[in-house]
Amino acid sequence: MYSEADAELPFVAEADEAVLIGPPPAKLSYLNADAILAAALSTGARAIHPGYGFLSENAEFAAQVIAAGLTWIGPPPAAMEQMGDKIRARNLMAAAGVPVADGSAEPVTDADEAESLAKRIGFPVMIKAAAGGGGIGMSVAVDSQQLRSGFETARARAERFFASPAILLERYISSARHVEIQILGLADGRVIALGERDCSVQRRHQKVAEETPSPGVDAGLRERMLATAIRAGEAVGYRGAGTVECLVDTQTGEFVFLEMNTRLQVEHAVTEMVTGIDLVEQQLLIADGSDVSFDPGSFAVLGHALELRVYAEDPVRFLPSPGTITQWEEPAGAGVRVDSGYVAGNTVTPHYDPLLAKLVVHAPDRAGALVRAMEAVAEFAVAGLKTNLPFHADLLNSEEFSSGDYDTSVVSHLRP
Amino acid sequence: MLWEVRVTEIRAEMVANVWKVVATEGDSVADGDTLVILESMKMEIPVLAEGAGLLTRLAVAEGDVIQEGDLIAVIE
Repeated sequence: MYSEADAELPFVAEADEAVLIGPPPAKLSYLNADAILAAALSTGARAIHPGYGFLSENAEFAAQVIAAGLTWIGPPPAAMEQMGDKIRARNLMAAAGVPVADGSAEPVTDADEAESLAKRIGFPVMIKAAAGGGGIGMSVAVDSQQLRSGFETARARAERFFASPAILLERYISSARHVEIQILGLADGRVIALGERDCSVQRRHQKVAEETPSPGVDAGLRERMLATAIRAGEAVGYRGAGTVECLVDTQTGEFVFLEMNTRLQVEHAVTEMVTGIDLVEQQLLIADGSDVSFDPGSFAVLGHALELRVYAEDPVRFLPSPGTITQWEEPAGAGVRVDSGYVAGNTVTPHYDPLLAKLVVHAPDRAGALVRAMEAVAEFAVAGLKTNLPFHADLLNSEEFSSGDYDTSVVSHLRP
Repeated sequence: MLWEVRVTEIRAEMVANVWKVVATEGDSVADGDTLVILESMKMEIPVLAEGAGLLTRLAVAEGDVIQEGDLIAVIE
């Protein structure tokens, strides 16, 4: 299914059957549950894979899909609902023995309340939308004044983007790595963990590059994090692919639960490269009630994988750069995988996310992966609009990133 | 006696949707005031007054799709 804005894109031509579901604004097309269900029913589809973004974490939509007699390729709507609200998820995780940062146990409704809570937690604090995602409305406050303005901004954005003004506060960890665990809830009820991904390379709280294994996680920490992620999945009766996001405090080496993404992640490809497991295939098998395609008791993690998100944005200020692609030549070769959505001649519209492609490399070790990534970035030729490929070249060449000793502030050091 | 009237045209830097029109035609604006908020690729981009003056024209409305180089506002 596609919107009018995407009619010319390769995914429409590649599909056996394609259904137009509405005009460019997402709320009239990709967020229009009725149009999507009608398209599924008119084509005789038996299942819906929600991808990532849009309605993929919408429990109400998942329930509608099931009520329409279709298979929902995702977790049970109840698990999505429990994890969809960040405050509820924090409370649930704390009860299951998963470490959470000091913060709100219920929504903060006004600025005065926010201020007294912040004083109890201790500045700096993180302000977030309870129903949020993608870093929208998130900010750090170092004092009461910043807290009040950040609170109002977060409320306005939360209302607009997530239709819920609920806000939470959390203790801010000044130097952290963003490390997440891939879990799979199997059809028989077991929950397994397929290793971690380090997603600390972020701009505007949105991921730009991800790697696995994390250079900041040792064997002992990994073991504890994977065990915790499994407990988190078990606490909500999880099925299918999900991700438990955590922050690792680089000073203490301890980790806290951040949130759970009840869907496939954009960066799932790095896990696929080191495990050889096709995660989308597992999602389909689990949704069908079948066994996964590998032995859940023994699988190997081999080598190092790195993903670079190629965005349509200028590589200095990271401002959106929609436009028409006049040249598109992808790198190829051993250990190089490109998942892309565009070819030369396509127009990238301002309506959706700036993600053009995911450049993923795999090598026996991290040093080898970095070299392979540098070569692939140099080979990737895109013209007609600006991309962040020059930023990726700078990232790979930086001492901070190549040393492996970096945290979520790495992008701000490269682009002060 | 000669009066110099400096006219500043503010144009779009990129293709975008007009999310919010904050200012009103006829307003006196200060340098750096937010006139309009654009949205492109899920990012809000405020359009600011480049100098103080009288906002004599606002060429966009909420919901418009504007192209790079399109006129957004005129300040005199």
